[in-house]
Amino acid sequence: MSAVIQPADEREASLAGIGVSRLRKEDARFIQGKGNYVDDIKLPGMLHMDIVRSPIAHGRIKRINKEAALAIPGVHAVLTADDLKPLKLHWMPTLAGDVAAVLADEKVHFQMQEVAIVIADDRYIAADAAEAVEVEYEELPVVIDPYDALLPDAPVLREDLAGKTSGAHGPREHHNHIFTWDAGDLAAADAAFAAAPIKVEQHMHYPRVHPCPLETCGCVASFDPIRGELTTYITSQAPHVVRTVVSMLSGVPESKVRIVSPDIGGGFGNKVGIYPGYVCAIVASIVLGRPVKWIEDRIENISSTAFARDYHMDGQLAATEDGKILGLKVNVVADHGAFDACADPTKFPAGLFHICSGSYDIAAAHCSVKGVYTNKAPGGVAYRCSFRVTEAVYLIERMVDVLAQRLNIDKAEIRRRNFIRKEQFPYTSAFGFEYDSGDYHPALEKVLDAVDYPALRAEQAARRADPNSPTLMGIGLVSFTEIVGAGPSKMCDILGVGMFDSCEIRIHPTGSAIARMGTITQGQGHQTTYAQIIATELGIPSEVIQVEEGDTSTAPYGLGTYGSRSTPVAGAAIAMAARKIHAKARKIAAHMLEVSESDLDWEVDRFKVRGDDSKFKTMADVAWQAYHQPPAGLEPGLEAVHYYDPPNFTFPFGIYLCVVDIDRATGETKIRRFYALDDCGTRINPMIIEGQIHGGLTEGFAVAMGQQMPFDAQGNLLGNTLMDYFLPTAVETPKWETDYTVTPSPHHPIGAKGVAESPHVGSIPTFNAAVVDAFAHVGVTHLDMPHTAFRVWQALKAHNLAI
Amino acid sequence: MIPPKFDYHAPKSVAEAVALLEQLGSEAKLLAGGHSLLPMMKLRFAQPEHLIDLNRIPELRGICLDGDTVVIGAMTVENELIASEVLRERVPLLGEAARLIADPQVRNRGTIGGDIAHGDPGNDHPALSLVCDAQFVLQGPNGRRTVDAHGFFLGTYMTQLEESEVMVAIRIPSFATHSGWAYEKLKRKTGDWATAGCAVVLRRSGDVVSHIRIGLTNVAPTALRAEAAEQALLGQPFTDENIARAVAAAIAITDPADDLRGDPEYKTAMAGVMVKRALNTAWARSA
Repeated sequence: MSAVIQPADEREASLAGIGVSRLRKEDARFIQGKGNYVDDIKLPGMLHMDIVRSPIAHGRIKRINKEAALAIPGVHAVLTADDLKPLKLHWMPTLAGDVAAVLADEKVHFQMQEVAIVIADDRYIAADAAEAVEVEYEELPVVIDPYDALLPDAPVLREDLAGKTSGAHGPREHHNHIFTWDAGDLAAADAAFAAAPIKVEQHMHYPRVHPCPLETCGCVASFDPIRGELTTYITSQAPHVVRTVVSMLSGVPESKVRIVSPDIGGGFGNKVGIYPGYVCAIVASIVLGRPVKWIEDRIENISSTAFARDYHMDGQLAATEDGKILGLKVNVVADHGAFDACADPTKFPAGLFHICSGSYDIAAAHCSVKGVYTNKAPGGVAYRCSFRVTEAVYLIERMVDVLAQRLNIDKAEIRRRNFIRKEQFPYTSAFGFEYDSGDYHPALEKVLDAVDYPALRAEQAARRADPNSPTLMGIGLVSFTEIVGAGPSKMCDILGVGMFDSCEIRIHPTGSAIARMGTITQGQGHQTTYAQIIATELGIPSEVIQVEEGDTSTAPYGLGTYGSRSTPVAGAAIAMAARKIHAKARKIAAHMLEVSESDLDWEVDRFKVRGDDSKFKTMADVAWQAYHQPPAGLEPGLEAVHYYDPPNFTFPFGIYLCVVDIDRATGETKIRRFYALDDCGTRINPMIIEGQIHGGLTEGFAVAMGQQMPFDAQGNLLGNTLMDYFLPTAVETPKWETDYTVTPSPHHPIGAKGVAESPHVGSIPTFNAAVVDAFAHVGVTHLDMPHTAFRVWQALKAHNLAI
Repeated sequence: MIPPKFDYHAPKSVAEAVALLEQLGSEAKLLAGGHSLLPMMKLRFAQPEHLIDLNRIPELRGICLDGDTVVIGAMTVENELIASEVLRERVPLLGEAARLIADPQVRNRGTIGGDIAHGDPGNDHPALSLVCDAQFVLQGPNGRRTVDAHGFFLGTYMTQLEESEVMVAIRIPSFATHSGWAYEKLKRKTGDWATAGCAVVLRRSGDVVSHIRIGLTNVAPTALRAEAAEQALLGQPFTDENIARAVAAAIAITDPADDLRGDPEYKTAMAGVMVKRALNTAWARSA
């Protein structure tokens, strides 16, 4: 009697592979408080570091007196730039080709800049000692506005760059100018504008915001003077890059540097760069021969670590009278703060901002971005987005709405008329990007049908007709195209290292597996979803697949997790490594079944002899054979490594719609409805996708409605605590409605495009568009974010709509 | 966010706490829920040498009735106000307003007495005390005294509480029948202080307002009782015109600070909106 063979669909279900809403493997430890974050790490003999920071935004350091601090019992060292000078570590290179002060060298350039460090037995002594360090400053004039920075007689901010007429990205035209970067074809764009009957323009400021992850930044640096080995536990989204940089800076061979990113409490771009605190803790550990811990507090995190955005943008569209866009021109003044520390691929000082032609078929386009120094903290990172894509999408979506209002064309209709059509893919944009796939029109119609768009517009018209209505109603509609998965090494590198990513899979003799990756999860659920890809590729239940990341001594080299690159790049590396294993497994199975490879069919979890379901070998059978008695001529074992260099970016897209009701008395905006349709290609874990979208929408809501980093004229950051910096709680967060279409990426091994950042990129202009739309009937084409009650009330007053 | 060194004292009785205050003088601070004091210490804005923790004094907690007066121990936390049946029946405004203070975690620690005694115009209980005709029981070296909420708040962080006194209890007369009440608080988000807030308690006799208290939160250096605004409605019918007069009178006494919540113009206007909304809600409830 032959054994009953379990049906293929049941076996497939038991794998919990691609497409299954598998519960997150990470949650059990997080919800029980069993995570292991950097601040949980305690090493024997560990000392604590605190940082003395500048109270002023611009000034010359006259004198630093360490004596009182050093006299406090338990203080081991107080270090300033002068102490780092002999090591040549008082300045460090940035990812953007500039240098940044590790500790302020003669001058401070922004409030809260690092001036000195103290190392002490415990955190309390360190704080007391930091307060006891006396620093005398001579105040210098402060430059906050990037336009002011470019005036001929503006104060010189970066005296260290005196005489440098060119930087990493070409000529510098002014002492506070960093670069001017162009993309597209200006002559073609000018020609399109010259011939076009309709032209619109709009100035907008995308305010400076901060990614503000729940866990602030920090590290534990531990140098073993006997072995000459440096281990650093660090809050990093890119541990391998950190190791390379640390090796370059410290002179410790890369093989003796171990960087570990343990559990990371959110990154959102804030944990990509190298901060002075890390460098100082490492130096202190090397100097003192003891582990040194540095954990910044919330005020330090918001005030001094990498901000995002701060783009002053001028957009122009040229169009026909029926709303067909003919040309796009964009000029940006980018406030980079005191040092150019953007984290972008080396060749792109404005990131991928030139995706700013969006979802539209625009024949001629040009953009120019001018980077400028000011007396603010450095940064300019991708806050839950691919490099500057958020700014790009915001720009084009605002401009399309401005054009629609000018021509009195419905905001859905103008998008229909300009979308890249399905048959145009792969589509090469005027900026030279090749959009891999998309299908925008049906997605738009799906959203409009779901919310009964005509009924919403009718309700809005009725509301506008009633002068006594207590609320204004606005409808925001956005169609965004992301560009993620950086990136093809021919275009993208960080410090010369191509932006590939990697995976190493080992199948154990008993058929379970471990996968090690060059990425690092910060809440994305890699341990869950990566295993699902392997489960489907290799027929092993995801439950028995371990995923490890973040430890450079065990993981293969990878560029890390940011810019929605994990699934597009590392996810592809997983599939490709699995396919190498699959190919070897087929040889072994053929040997075991005594047939040729071509006689085998793969079905879910097994190779079977074509035409005879009873003759098969499962992947577990093959694994045992691989270790027990592999076929002659074949290496034992069953493992593979793959470094995946993507042929192109991926281009997720979505259609978002938001309905707001604005209280005309208080300026408060209520999000009545938010409908988000995302297309991220193949969906690996729908539940995790929904969670990612909820998170991204919530952060987008925060940016659009409340996040701001206001500076006064002296360069003081006025809101650097969570009392003022808006992180919404469940109470403020709107209810989200999510939907999807699936347009797989044609070049990705499993067709996946990445999703975590789409909701952030797409939702911010949607909230903004909804608020602006509430004022459209009085001729308003644009309002800058954030739409706090106070600011919206000012707009209501300005347009005689307040009651 | 690391405070300097301090000594910690945990008295078991009010008398012991008062004795410590006398002995330690101005270098000592009382610790109630700690949600104002501890952040100030972590920022080193406040650097007391001694903390006297009131959390281990059982006599300072709980809500009971003394005749028609509700007596609330000063160390009673916000969530206890919300949960209290006695308050719901006698002074329903208090539990309702407490829901608008901070967030659930803070409400498990933050106390009514700390909120009042701190003298911060952003705190909510000062204005609530004013409209409830509350009295505060204070204990010092010379025994206990009882003072009215009205007149207690002298300036930002300044009250009639003497340096060697501990706030023991808050006494609030039960609301009369036909009372209406409301607390309207405009805030940016959960956990924020008010951009502007207004508390109202009134009584209706037929078509006229026979008793009224209007209190304002965070629109001046102290919580305000808007007496002129009260006069605009007292003994008057509750008409749009009288409401507008009350709103105008309330606005006239505001003196808000400029901060990220808004400029004085906005906050003043919002005080007016809150007054109007609170009056309407309170009147509707008084039927």
